[in-house]
Amino acid sequence: MTSYPTTWRRPPQIFTDRRWRIALQIGALVYLVFALGTLDVNWARIADGAERGLRFVAGFLQPDFTSRWRDISIGLVESLTMTLTATVVGVAISVPIGIGAARNITPRWVYMVCRSIIAVSRSLQEIIVAIFFVAMFGFGPFAGFLTLVFGTIGFLSKLLAEDIEDIDESQAEAVRSTGASWLQLINYAIQPQVMPRLIGLSLYRLDINFRESAVIGIVGAGGIGATLNTAIDRYEYDSAGAILLIIIGLVLVAEYSSSYLRKFLQ
Amino acid sequence: MTDFPDHWQHRTPRVRLAIWFGWLCLVALFVWCWELMTARTIWSFVWDAPTQAADIGSRMFPPRWTYVENLLVPLWDTLNMATLGTILGVILAVPIAFLAARNTSPFPLVTRPVALFIIVASRSINSLIWALLLVAVLGPGLLAGILAIALRSIGFIGKLLYEAIEETDIRQVEAITATGASGSQVLTYAIVPQVLPAFWGITVFRWDINIRESSILGLVGAGGLGLNLQASISTLAWPQVTMIMIVILATVVLSEWVSAKVRQAII
Repeated sequence: MTSYPTTWRRPPQIFTDRRWRIALQIGALVYLVFALGTLDVNWARIADGAERGLRFVAGFLQPDFTSRWRDISIGLVESLTMTLTATVVGVAISVPIGIGAARNITPRWVYMVCRSIIAVSRSLQEIIVAIFFVAMFGFGPFAGFLTLVFGTIGFLSKLLAEDIEDIDESQAEAVRSTGASWLQLINYAIQPQVMPRLIGLSLYRLDINFRESAVIGIVGAGGIGATLNTAIDRYEYDSAGAILLIIIGLVLVAEYSSSYLRKFLQ
Repeated sequence: MTDFPDHWQHRTPRVRLAIWFGWLCLVALFVWCWELMTARTIWSFVWDAPTQAADIGSRMFPPRWTYVENLLVPLWDTLNMATLGTILGVILAVPIAFLAARNTSPFPLVTRPVALFIIVASRSINSLIWALLLVAVLGPGLLAGILAIALRSIGFIGKLLYEAIEETDIRQVEAITATGASGSQVLTYAIVPQVLPAFWGITVFRWDINIRESSILGLVGAGGLGLNLQASISTLAWPQVTMIMIVILATVVLSEWVSAKVRQAII
């Protein structure tokens, strides 16, 4: 007779094999020991920094909007204009690339070319792209604009292409059977189906571009990030706190309004 | 008798007019923003860009392969920064997610808004900005990077996890409650098993993003590969920059592959 356990134990969920579980736990432990071992922490420097940290928290609680308002407003205007122009240009460029990268409506070689453009644009981080554009085009929002356009192309073309590949084929078939040319096919069969999604994605990208524009300024591509970087370099934590609060506020507004608009449009 | 138009049109004249007006506004806004943005652009630099690009391009190749020896330690640092940052972020994010979810929040009126604010604040600030602040406070080094990654991860993991918690099946919770289980028992036996796969998926996904982000955090002094990138760019050592970018790209692709495999296995 087998003896049944008197208490119930919860069965394991993801790794059902006991040996795997033990091996993974030991592996994780060994890794943690090694990783924490190579982490060398300068406690004296951190103790020094504590006072600065407190000043930063104080600055965040009592943000100073006025004394650097001129710099902040220039940075904000740069960020906002950069975001809008980059999104418009990015969408304008990514529509043809997106159409080209949809397998169901383009010849194979166009598909390959467009997909490789998307792959390049997606695999490079925006900061690294920004560094290169700053080196080529000089400091300022123009380099930032180009960076955001570059990022937008990868994002929008990929999603647009996937959308076009997912369309209802019967509508395209119907338009094709009337003897429509390729352009008419795009105009009457594809465009009505993907347009709401495209507008939604563009608004979403507008939101992302604003967030990014706050970051790429750190490497010299203009915008509010540059102002923030300067404020921190000058140890003006109250101005930095004000800039951060403005960024958080604007991101919130952008996020909620873009999600509201997307719901409204779909 | 109404007179019918002699050919078919998709929209009524009024709607067409509204759409045209919308486009006009967009174009006007674009032109205005463009003027503002480029007001202080030095165009000679812009026209000069192709020669600059060709110049940098010619300096970048061939990459300096031997430099890879100097990159092994920064690579290890980068991986550690991402992994330890993710672990710390998860530890901080899990309680916040439970406080933010409508069905598990103990005092919804008080704890929910606070938890949601933490999530939003963490999400709207990029990890590079977190790193910039923390480097100023804690001094340059891995610790600032780990904390920056962790702080940014809280928002991401917290948001996805609390949505997963809110989507749990209420019947299982009711079944456990019906046995007379206490609140913590309901959590461990009804809610945790349901969100566990989502939890691991989110964590691995965030880890993958963190590898991407930690490779550049060094630009503001937080250690890892970005530190070498910054040094190489400052000294205009373009062959080294190429090498670093190859390493970053390889790491990112590899981590993306690992994360895709793991998520496939879990979900």
